[in-house]
Amino acid sequence: MTGDLLDLTAAQAGQRVRAGELSASDLFEAWRERAATDSLNAYRWVADAPPPEIAAGAPLGGVPVAIKDLFCTEGVPSAAGSRILEGYLPPYTATAVEQLAQAGAPMLGKTNMDEFAMGSSNENSGFGPVMNPWDESRVPGGSSGGSAAAVAAGLAPWAIGTDTGGSIRQPAALCGIVGLKPTYGSISRYGMIAFASSLDQAGPLTRDVTDCALLFRHMVGRDPLDSTSTGLPEEVRLPDQERLDGLRFGVPPELTRGGVDPGVAAVFEQSLRHIEELGGTLEEVSLPHSDQGISAYYVIAPAEASANLARFDGVRYGLRAEAGDLASMYEDTREHGFGDEVKRRIMLGTYALSSGYYDAYYGRAQRVRTKIAEDFRSAFERVDLIVTPTSPTVAFGLGERTDDPLAMYLSDFCTVPMPLAGIPAISIPGGLSDELPVGIQLAGPAFSENRILEAAYALEQAIGFDGSGARG
Amino acid sequence: MIDRDQVLHVARLARLRLTDEEVERMTGELSTILDHIEKISELDLDDVAPTSHVVAMENVLRPDEPRPSLPREGALGQAPDTDGVGFRVPSPGA
Repeated sequence: MTGDLLDLTAAQAGQRVRAGELSASDLFEAWRERAATDSLNAYRWVADAPPPEIAAGAPLGGVPVAIKDLFCTEGVPSAAGSRILEGYLPPYTATAVEQLAQAGAPMLGKTNMDEFAMGSSNENSGFGPVMNPWDESRVPGGSSGGSAAAVAAGLAPWAIGTDTGGSIRQPAALCGIVGLKPTYGSISRYGMIAFASSLDQAGPLTRDVTDCALLFRHMVGRDPLDSTSTGLPEEVRLPDQERLDGLRFGVPPELTRGGVDPGVAAVFEQSLRHIEELGGTLEEVSLPHSDQGISAYYVIAPAEASANLARFDGVRYGLRAEAGDLASMYEDTREHGFGDEVKRRIMLGTYALSSGYYDAYYGRAQRVRTKIAEDFRSAFERVDLIVTPTSPTVAFGLGERTDDPLAMYLSDFCTVPMPLAGIPAISIPGGLSDELPVGIQLAGPAFSENRILEAAYALEQAIGFDGSGARG
Repeated sequence: MIDRDQVLHVARLARLRLTDEEVERMTGELSTILDHIEKISELDLDDVAPTSHVVAMENVLRPDEPRPSLPREGALGQAPDTDGVGFRVPSPGA
């Protein structure tokens, strides 16, 4: 019985609860027991008590959700993958988490992640790396690696994460699940521990596109507690189109050729054939500033991070190192509390913002950002969606890239341009290469989530990806 | 691209006390990364406006009305050291 229960998608399970065929508390208990068996280091915390009663008819039916440890949750450990916040119990809950609980998706657990969401492999977690359920010697991607691994391994029905330069889409790709980075501002950032505020955006990680649309529907909204939040102009629809007739897909050579592994390229080509078979058309479009985009990203994100992480100083929360005077207390706390990658980015960002360098780095990067947005705008005058691989490679081995930070940064080139332009993009599984999942990315103009979800759904039906291999 | 003295200067600005080994490593790594980032200086950007916000928004205002805030116990509850009404820190001059 329990096995069958956990094989249902979140949407199916929720439907059964609403139809009275299944009790929300039995469902929660089954998932809680399952999550507690985690051997991938995907969870940092699993609920030890049932949630308050789910309102009858709640749209999400009581299907519990795994929450990236970046979201503040009242009275529940929220460390954002950092030793500097070990044991921190926030006095309030993030709006997105609150909304999901209200809609009938109580918190199942908190998931491991790269420290402060800085990383593409989850190896930068202060609490040890997460393992990829397809091959435990490989990384799950990052930074939302715990959320992605939990969903892929069947340790959670669905999860939420955050994406700054690819942190939802890339782990979704490497773990063979669906991940959506929505339009900037569509979901409140209130209660998300900030990395790069002009880029950070929450979103769902799910087993399929229908679950993705359903979870996303209840995350969006304008929030008075986040003045940059806008919500979505239309309600999120559950996708049901099986054709792509009339939809024009742009293929940018800058994100699909150089540096993409042959195995990934082959699965990507197959997806392009599916698009054509479903009635969509393909057209080459150019994103000429993509190369400079990754450089701009690695100025803007560290610059904003260096300012956001100034708050971790041993005064108000988290770790404090004992020292005789205030300045030493700050410096010792930060030296002991932050990991290597976080220090590297704080240094990079502080340098880029420092007197004499600001215009050359941050100022120029903000102008490159304008060029990236213009690239997309002109592309979307000709096509409805852009299609690329999500990651140029499949999941790589644990420890394989940790010695070369620049190489790790450059591997984000397919996912970084979209957040720079604030536009939405989804990753769906396209197939396997060497028995490891390959992600296909669909990006659209700002607030085109319904179009993206419809297209992703049609493509998903045609691809027929089988993710059961990771669920054990 | 960036030398040891600059790394030490930036570390001071960022309130990071780096070990000698970290200063060494950071000097090399940051230089490599900054060399790559130089790509953004290849473009002519003189007439391009900087983007600070990706979604066009007008001023976001709310009525200026008092409302309950986080209670003091909640705000102080996670601090390493307090005197019950504020955060306590070591003396700046010690």
